[in-house]
Amino acid sequence: MCRLESWINPESDQMLVEGKITGVDMAIKEIKKDVYWVGAVDWNISNFHGYSLARRGSTYNAFLVLDEKVTLFDLVPEKFKWDLYHQVHKLVAPDKIDYIVVNHVELDHSGALPFMVEKCSPERIFCSPMGEKSLLSHFHKPEWPVQVVKDGESISLGRKDVQFMEARMLHWPDTMFSYIPQDRLLISSDAFGQNIATSRLFDDEHDLNLLLDESRHYYTNIILPFSGFVQKTLARVKESGLEIDMIAPDHGVIWRTHVAEIIGAYQEFSSQKVRAKAVLVYDTMWSSSEKMIKALGDALVEEGIEIRLMSLKRFHHSDVMGEFSDAAALVCASPTHNNGMLPLMADFLTYMKGLKPKGRLGATLGSFGWSGEAPKAMAQVLEEAGFELPLEPLRVKNVPSHEHLAQCREMGRVLAGKIREKLSAQ
Amino acid sequence: MEKWVCEICGYVYDPAEGDPDNGVSSGTKFEDLPDDWVCPVCGADKDNFAKEA
Repeated sequence: MCRLESWINPESDQMLVEGKITGVDMAIKEIKKDVYWVGAVDWNISNFHGYSLARRGSTYNAFLVLDEKVTLFDLVPEKFKWDLYHQVHKLVAPDKIDYIVVNHVELDHSGALPFMVEKCSPERIFCSPMGEKSLLSHFHKPEWPVQVVKDGESISLGRKDVQFMEARMLHWPDTMFSYIPQDRLLISSDAFGQNIATSRLFDDEHDLNLLLDESRHYYTNIILPFSGFVQKTLARVKESGLEIDMIAPDHGVIWRTHVAEIIGAYQEFSSQKVRAKAVLVYDTMWSSSEKMIKALGDALVEEGIEIRLMSLKRFHHSDVMGEFSDAAALVCASPTHNNGMLPLMADFLTYMKGLKPKGRLGATLGSFGWSGEAPKAMAQVLEEAGFELPLEPLRVKNVPSHEHLAQCREMGRVLAGKIREKLSAQ
Repeated sequence: MEKWVCEICGYVYDPAEGDPDNGVSSGTKFEDLPDDWVCPVCGADKDNFAKEA
C-alpha cells in the first residue's frame, strides 16, 4: 500500500498523479538508534544486472543517520529515486541532508545520486579515491562537493563517527565499507548481500539456511573472482579488532543475529573449499551427449560422489555456478555443431571462466556427426581456466553403443578417484 | 621494456609511464617496483601480474 498520508511534499502527490512513482514505498525501519533503513525493495526484478538470476527479487538498501550532520549512506537505482526521496521525507525534509556517503558507485547504488544532489544540495559527498574517478566518469559533474576519504580515515557526524575502510574489488575498485563504532555497525556495500526482496529486513526473521544459500548464489556469481580480496579484507577486519554486531549490506537482509555465520560463510566461500560433488552440465541435440554424461554420472554416484546433472536448456548459467560453488569437478558435454560446441555451452563456459573458480577438476565429452571438435574445444576452455583435466576428451560418432557408454562410466570411475585424491590433499 | 597486465582488473603497467600517482617515476621496470607496490586500479599485489603477451 502507498502510504499517502505520510507524504508531506505536495510535489510527490503530483508525481503519483502523473504516474512517475515506480514502486510502492516501504515502511522505514530504525536499525540502530537514529540509523534508519530508507531503501527500496525491487519485488519484480528477476535478473540481477542482466547476468545472474534473482528469483526472489532484491533490495537496494540505503541508510539515513539522524545526527548533527544528517547523513545518507548509499542510494538506489535511478528508477527508484522517488521511493528513496519519500523514505527520507518520512524522517526529515530531504534538503536537511548534509552528507551523502557513496560506498560504491555502481548504478544500483548511485543511480539516484544526481536527483538527490539536486534535491538536497549536500555539503559533502564522501567516497574512496577510486570512487572520485568513478563518480566523475559516471555523472560528469566536477562541480559536486566530493570529498575523498582514504582507508582508515574517520569523520564525525556529531554523536556518531564514521570510519572508512577500502574494500577494493568487493565488488568494484571503488568499493569501501563504512563503520559506525558507536553502533558497532558495518555498512558493507555489496559484500555479505543476497538477492531477496522482503519486508522482513533482519536475518532472524528468515530461515538461516535459505539466507546462506542465497548468499552463496550471490557470492559465486558476483564476488568469486575477487576471493583473494575477500580473504585479505576479512583478515584486515579481524586484525583491526573492529567490534561488529550488525552488518548492513546494500542488498537483501541485515545481519544482526547471525553475524558470525555470514562471516564464517565468506571465509568458506572465499577459500573455495570443495567437497565430494560434481556438476554435470550439458546441452544435447538428439540425446546422445545426454546419454554419455548420464552414464558418466551414474559411475560417479556408484563411487560415492554426489552429482548435480544440469541441462543448459533448463538451468541458467548463474544457477549452474551456484551449484558449482562447492563442487570438486565440472563435467561438460556437448555435441559438435558447425565445428564447435553448442551455443549454450559456449555461453556457460565464457561465464564460468570469467568467475575464475580455483582448484577444480574437469572432464569433457560429446557426440558428433562428422568433424567432432566440441570435446576438445571445451577442454581447451577448462584448461585456460586453470582446471586439472585428468582424462582425454571423449567423442562418440552419432549414437553411443553399450561399449561407448561403458567408456563413459570408466571416465566417471577415474574422475571419482581423482576427486578423492583432491579432497584428501585439501 | 615489457608491459605487465593485472590479471584481476586488466590494468596495464607501462614502464614508459610508470605510476606517478604512487611515486613511481617513468622508466621504472616492473621488476624494479617495490614489493609492496599494488595495482593502482584494484589494489592487487605484484603476484597478480603477468607479462603482456
